[in-house]
Amino acid sequence: MGEMEQLRKEAESLKDEITAARKAVQDLTLQDHVAGTAVVGRVQLKIRKTLRGHLAKIYALHWGTDSKLCVSASQDGKLIVWDSCTTNKVHAIPLKSSWVMTCSYAPSGNMVACGGLDNMCSIYNLKGKDGNVKVMHELAAHTGYLSCCRFLNDNEIITSSGDCTCVLWDIETGSQKTVFAGHLGDCMSLAVAPDFNTFISGACDYTAKLWDIRDGQCRQTFGGHESDINAIGFFPNGNAVITGSDDASCKLYDLRSDQELITYQDSSIMCGVTSIAPSFSGRLILAGYDDFNCNIWDSLKAERVGVLSGHDNRVSCIGVTPDGMACCTGSWDSFLKIWN
Amino acid sequence: SLETLLALLTQDARRENSPNMEDVIGRMQDEKNGIPIRTVKSFLSKIPSVFSGCHFVLGLLKTPLFVPLVEALHLGTLMAAHGYFFPISDHVLTLKDDGTFYRFQTPYFWPSNCWEPENTDYAVYLCKRTMQNKARLELADYEAESLARLQRAFARKWEFIFMQAEAQAKVDKKRDKIERKILDSQERAFWDVHRPVPGCVNTTEVDIKKSSRMKNPHKTRKSVYGLQNDIRSHSPTHTPAPETKQPTEEELREQIKFWQAQLDRHRLKMSKVAESLLSYTEQYSDYDPFLSTPDPSNPWISDDTTLWEMEASKEPGQTRVRRWGFGIDEVLKDPVGREQFLKFLESEFSSENLRFWLAVQELKRRPIREVPTRVQEIWEEFLAPGAPSAINVDSKSYDKTTQNVKDPGRYAFEDAQEHIYKLMKSDSYSRFIRSSAYQELLQAKKKVKHLKQFDVSHKNCNIVKYYYNLK
Repeated sequence: MGEMEQLRKEAESLKDEITAARKAVQDLTLQDHVAGTAVVGRVQLKIRKTLRGHLAKIYALHWGTDSKLCVSASQDGKLIVWDSCTTNKVHAIPLKSSWVMTCSYAPSGNMVACGGLDNMCSIYNLKGKDGNVKVMHELAAHTGYLSCCRFLNDNEIITSSGDCTCVLWDIETGSQKTVFAGHLGDCMSLAVAPDFNTFISGACDYTAKLWDIRDGQCRQTFGGHESDINAIGFFPNGNAVITGSDDASCKLYDLRSDQELITYQDSSIMCGVTSIAPSFSGRLILAGYDDFNCNIWDSLKAERVGVLSGHDNRVSCIGVTPDGMACCTGSWDSFLKIWN
Repeated sequence: SLETLLALLTQDARRENSPNMEDVIGRMQDEKNGIPIRTVKSFLSKIPSVFSGCHFVLGLLKTPLFVPLVEALHLGTLMAAHGYFFPISDHVLTLKDDGTFYRFQTPYFWPSNCWEPENTDYAVYLCKRTMQNKARLELADYEAESLARLQRAFARKWEFIFMQAEAQAKVDKKRDKIERKILDSQERAFWDVHRPVPGCVNTTEVDIKKSSRMKNPHKTRKSVYGLQNDIRSHSPTHTPAPETKQPTEEELREQIKFWQAQLDRHRLKMSKVAESLLSYTEQYSDYDPFLSTPDPSNPWISDDTTLWEMEASKEPGQTRVRRWGFGIDEVLKDPVGREQFLKFLESEFSSENLRFWLAVQELKRRPIREVPTRVQEIWEEFLAPGAPSAINVDSKSYDKTTQNVKDPGRYAFEDAQEHIYKLMKSDSYSRFIRSSAYQELLQAKKKVKHLKQFDVSHKNCNIVKYYYNLK
């Protein structure tokens, strides 16, 4: 047997052993464990505000840490920072490239970032001396589109790209500190752990990967989806991951048992999931779909307990405020809506 | 239901047992029971085959879809946006409940055929338009720009595109005048959906992140104008999909290393994990505004910002203090929690652990040029021999840190910090939660300024409390 053949066999047998090891801890399913718990009652959220101003599809939104300001990115070539309580636009930032796919608000509130088909991550300083918002840095090195970006702090940002890698950047020097390679398909989305030591990425190879920010290693890989993973997020306790996919389902994976716990799907839902976010306690999972709606799932019982319908086109992004008071949906219909 | 209908519009209509949009349109167009479609006289000419918006709305109400009036306009607009019918006088694909005239789209161009027309077809269309004599068919500014861009992109195949446009124009000329009017408008409406006027929202466009990887088998790959495969290609903005190659020997060895590490990892039992998830969500559901009403109120609903003001203030409310009791992370997350924890530890003269932990957290957020100096400072303060705030770290972490400090980076103190965190969790944190300082905050007793003047050892705290209660 040739050496390559031997290695391939070894890799396959290891994967089989891992499947067996995962099965070995399946003493009880999540469903069994919560059989005695009641389903959360019907959740009816109402639209409290509509943020109008974008002229084309909204692709991304991100809440600031104060739970009141948020930033949105649209294909009209603008990044808008909203005071969502008053619905006023705090900043309307014109972009060099209108093909924007992602935006992020720094935890400090000092900066925002965005990127898209230009393959770059552009950082904007919101607290410039003269009050004007200017490009502070342009992080260029990806060879594919920028699908997602998230600040760790004012000096570091993580990006995911269509070139199948994620990168940790030092913003000031514009250099790539760490390249996280391993996905076999475009990376579509990323989320940073509550303790900022790790992050997760979802990709078009149907897997989610957990990465250690400090040493650049992939710690865990989760499969099971049957199509692209478009959206990913951490469960609030930091020990579980939620994903949304083109296969019309969402999944909950636990990091400590290293496997999928439950799938959120319904035979009546036949379209892809575009975005996902947990409620403050994690008991509810809000997911945006291609069919213009957002479904609210009881995360433990895997039952649909509510729907947000109010958009006239695909819901492309969703975010729950850090204080859990409200959620915001962004759509291809050019509007952002605040619900609770 | 409206939900189902809206779902229809975005899915492949050719599914078994699902209501069909083509049935709905068919019903509306029915000669006997459908809406009135007629030729209207206008100035010097006739406008063939139109219906008015208000008749369409009435027609929707009459179908066995039970669409309520308030939704009929909404649904009709969505049908227009998807291209099942269009206004004859402008390019804005919405439905108005008045005398505005609309025309049905021809079945060839229906969305249920799952069109994904390529730029080569759009090029043929625009080129053909320039060959038509009528002034009213002149290209709009955005169309002229698109044509110029496409000419640059398809420079090498422009001869074929031009020839195809000529052939199409010839076929069009042969048609009857009225027929041509209708077909021209339907063709234009098709392109309004697939190459919309700037500023209009395009309902059919695929997410640009996916457009380079055409995997959907339902989508039609055929050309609108019968162009052959060899001259069609992706738009200049699409990037080719990465190909999955067979792994090399080195990659295989890396994979094996990874899988071996995965196999060796400890996995927690599902029952334990399920229990932990259940208890976490139960513990925090009181704090989840989607599940429990916030106290005093959710500012979004009541327009009363008291809750936010309380969060921002230095005086922590009871519910906030209670959360600190859930775990050390809650205290460390909350700036007021950190402050109280630090104050408590200082009163015990054991604050060096927390101060070290906070310093290392802050170090990780510094700009890279400040890191080496800061690392030295932290080393000097907490770990160097004779350090003023010496912390107790296990020998393994100490040795590793000594090495790291020689080549200082943001993560120089990771091992030490983890050790100190575990120490705080099991020791300092539990003492803090049991302390009278914390308990008082929890019971929302007012702070007594007198306490600061006394030696705040545990024994004396009790005496002071007793004295105060007596009063």
